[in-house]
Amino acid sequence: MTGTGAVTGAGTVAGAGAAGAAGMGPVLLEVENLMTRYPVRRGLTERFTGGRQKWVHAVDGISFSLARGEMLGLVGESGCGKTSTAQTILRMTDATSGSIRLNGTDITRLSQQQLRPLRRKLQMIYQDPYESLDPRFRVQDAVEEPMLVHGIGGSRAERRELAIAALERAGLSPAEQFLQRYPHELSGGQRQRVTIAAALVLGPDLLLADEPVSMLDVSVRAGVLSLLDGLRRDGDMGILMITHDLSTAAHFADRIAVMYLGRIVEQGPAREVVRHPQHPYTKALLSVVPNRDPRQRSTPQILRGETPNPIDIPPGCRFQPRCPIAADRCTSEDPLLRHPAATAPGHEAACLLV
Amino acid sequence: MTLPVQDPLLAAEGKGEPPHRGGFFRDVLRERKSAVIGLGIIGFFIVLSIVAPYISPYSASAQTCAVYAPPSAQHWLGCDDGGIDMLSELMQGGRISLVVGFAATLVAMVIGGGVGILSGYFGGWADVSLMRVTDYLLVIPDLVFMTVIAAVWGASLFHVILVIGILEWTSTARIIRAQVMSLRERVYVKRTRALGASNTRVLWRHIMPQVGPLLIANTVLTIAIAIYLETALAFLGLEDPTVTTWGTILEHAFQRTAISSGAWWAIVPDGFVIALVIVGCFLFGQAVEDALNPRLKVANLSVRRWRLRPLVGRGPDAI
Amino acid sequence: MSLLEVRDLHVWFDLPNQAQVHAAAGVSFTLAEGERFGLVGESGCGKTTTVLALMGLLPPTATLSGEVLVNGTSILAGGEDSVRAHRWKDIAMVFQGAMNALNPVKKIGWQITEPMAYHGIAQGAEARKRAAELLELVGIPAAAADRYPHEFSGGMRQRASIAMALACQPKILLADEPTTALDVMVQAQILQLLTGLSRDLGLALVLVTHDLPVVAQVCDRAAVMYAGEIVETGPMEALYHAPRHPYTRLLFAATPDLYGEEEVVSIPGAPPRLDAELPGCPFRPRCDSAFGPCAGEHPVLSLVGPGHQAACHLTRMTGAAP
Repeated sequence: MTGTGAVTGAGTVAGAGAAGAAGMGPVLLEVENLMTRYPVRRGLTERFTGGRQKWVHAVDGISFSLARGEMLGLVGESGCGKTSTAQTILRMTDATSGSIRLNGTDITRLSQQQLRPLRRKLQMIYQDPYESLDPRFRVQDAVEEPMLVHGIGGSRAERRELAIAALERAGLSPAEQFLQRYPHELSGGQRQRVTIAAALVLGPDLLLADEPVSMLDVSVRAGVLSLLDGLRRDGDMGILMITHDLSTAAHFADRIAVMYLGRIVEQGPAREVVRHPQHPYTKALLSVVPNRDPRQRSTPQILRGETPNPIDIPPGCRFQPRCPIAADRCTSEDPLLRHPAATAPGHEAACLLV
Repeated sequence: MTLPVQDPLLAAEGKGEPPHRGGFFRDVLRERKSAVIGLGIIGFFIVLSIVAPYISPYSASAQTCAVYAPPSAQHWLGCDDGGIDMLSELMQGGRISLVVGFAATLVAMVIGGGVGILSGYFGGWADVSLMRVTDYLLVIPDLVFMTVIAAVWGASLFHVILVIGILEWTSTARIIRAQVMSLRERVYVKRTRALGASNTRVLWRHIMPQVGPLLIANTVLTIAIAIYLETALAFLGLEDPTVTTWGTILEHAFQRTAISSGAWWAIVPDGFVIALVIVGCFLFGQAVEDALNPRLKVANLSVRRWRLRPLVGRGPDAI
Repeated sequence: MSLLEVRDLHVWFDLPNQAQVHAAAGVSFTLAEGERFGLVGESGCGKTTTVLALMGLLPPTATLSGEVLVNGTSILAGGEDSVRAHRWKDIAMVFQGAMNALNPVKKIGWQITEPMAYHGIAQGAEARKRAAELLELVGIPAAAADRYPHEFSGGMRQRASIAMALACQPKILLADEPTTALDVMVQAQILQLLTGLSRDLGLALVLVTHDLPVVAQVCDRAAVMYAGEIVETGPMEALYHAPRHPYTRLLFAATPDLYGEEEVVSIPGAPPRLDAELPGCPFRPRCDSAFGPCAGEHPVLSLVGPGHQAACHLTRMTGAAP
């Protein structure tokens, strides 16, 4: 495997330093040097002619940590591995190497059987609210299902009370009015709140939110995001929010981690990353975010082409083929995350030139 | 207090998928005439089979008239080679033919549905091995294989049911597998699995109910095939000769020179009811399948003509 | 005379239950050559319906009234027959999902030349040469004409569908959420392309999107749609810095800004159903400044500044910004 050997060491500089720095609670999630790769399906002829098995390096050695009460925004373009990261942490995909620790327990190699009781603490909100509820389930059934799975609430009446409480907490009030409705009778925002309520009934410690608002109307996005924001502030919950929208991350997350081709290329406090970006990729990404003020027409620094596929990762720095400031040594040396001088504490970038 | 309800424009985009439940078949029957006709035919024969002993005019086994007596006021459909009233015989034969059809289909659906759901849901080696078995059975010529098996096991009603059942599940298995594979990738199924729900729960609560209508459509279509195959096997003499089915009626008529005697009434009515039941099953099964298949729905964007009208005023009077 | 003039456009859709949805209710706007015009609002507000009506691409359940004039000629008056002569030749469109607009079994080059042949603009080698030029214009190597849509990435497909839209040298390009499914970097590339084409070819652009910052960066003027109506229209700067309709103001407040410090707030409630006549102002149930007349009287667009109109009782009564 070309490149893999060089890559393995990449994440060992644990990004844990940033966690807890901003006066957050105890560390909830620690991801260390996580790698996830999938085999590329080969055609019949390729298999017989002995074509080499290729791999999609979806997550290619990332390390970060998340404290209770903290929201970390994982930002990047599609195909950068942010969703694979969430899937791996959720153990819906198996990690190739590295470790995931939740509340200090290593969950990377637990069997699905051993994992089942822990799943209560680990919940996910999906991107598409139109798809994430069974069309035949009423709101009450959808919110009660997790309780039935985990044996919460002794009686039907008790479960109903818990469901009502969760719905109210998720901002669907008065909850009684929603219990008997089917998903098609709800707006996108309301559906997303139902899925959040269905996660809340389990009292999770960690919430993974994969583009929670990108399918919703602009007018209701802020409401759902504020809901998540409130939950982690007073709920002692850690939230890993995956988004392609830097403005959203800048507004709601405490810290931002920018991913490119399976790696975190920059991470740090949200304000710092947005106002003082270090990595050229982050800089370019920030420059193309359109400003809502028409007087401030920015000149976007547009990178040529699109993200290369994660099968053939370029040697050296993976961003070098598209980098506007690439130097000679960038083609041979794979940069690690490190703290650049004259930046705020906890700010790290993986670039040889900063 | 009124709460915002889903926008009809969004519903038109297909974003609001209403639940099916029992309403689905009601909708199919309301919107498709062929489904009503098909269900009517099937229902008619089921009812007829149930009440046959009480309403059949004569005995279906004892001689009540002359050999090959033509249709008459007393014997509407004439008599067969043994002097048995054809109408009574058809009613009795229908009872057995339908039981064979339904029982064989039940066997086929249990195997086909089970294989389809297991291989579609679990994938991997389970899928590969189950699908290879399916493929082998799919390419074996049914009738030849059945003839051999029936001949080896001996001619009996039970064997006929079994042999049809274990050969006719393959297409159902393939269709159900495809459906389950796509359901498995639906976000709400993934979400339930991530919740920690067991496979049994996901299958029972989320997958099975969605597969139900498709399975019913396939059941009805398979009944038609089973009745057809039963007739064919009986005609080839591989059915228990002591029982009366639509197949054995046909076989007897041919064996006992009904054609050379000009006794068309011993063959035509029998052939007609067989054809009618099969058509009924196809009409209903096909209608349900069409309703389930989104590819057959009209595309959203169409250059067909919209209507243009002059605007008079504003508000309600403009409409 | 303006290049495009839309006068009092209404669209109704028949619902299965006999009801009708009034999806566009009296939409009027004009467009000059080379102008970039934005159509913004939440989903279900009639933006897409409006542009599809301009193309005559409505389903048979639709009923339409009003006038659409291109260079003074009414294109909808003769129904499908008259709009067919103008579709793609005068007005072309780029759709949201580029994959849906491209035929998966035809080569890109063929798909660009097809409308040329249909409108008798170019054929054979000449059409192929033009197709190659168009591909280069949108930033795709001309050699890619021999490839199929599935071989392209999302951004490339959207570029190809822009090339397709430009095949007959239209004067007006309608773009319905052209960048919604794309990554930010690719979105920036496509927006830069559209802006450039409008500037260099004098193409009038109608950009339909729910994304206010995109309109703010690309368009000169915009119209905010709500419940099938235009509730505010004017120069982009006026809409952002001096919005006169509460909906416009709230939409901007719901949009997070990269460097903004102020709180992002959502608009409560949801757009109304359009299958019944709405009494008074359609935005009243969600409005934070509704007062007396809003419940009974339907506000109409009135001038509040140079080229700036709003349909709000508050503005009309007090003349003050809400």
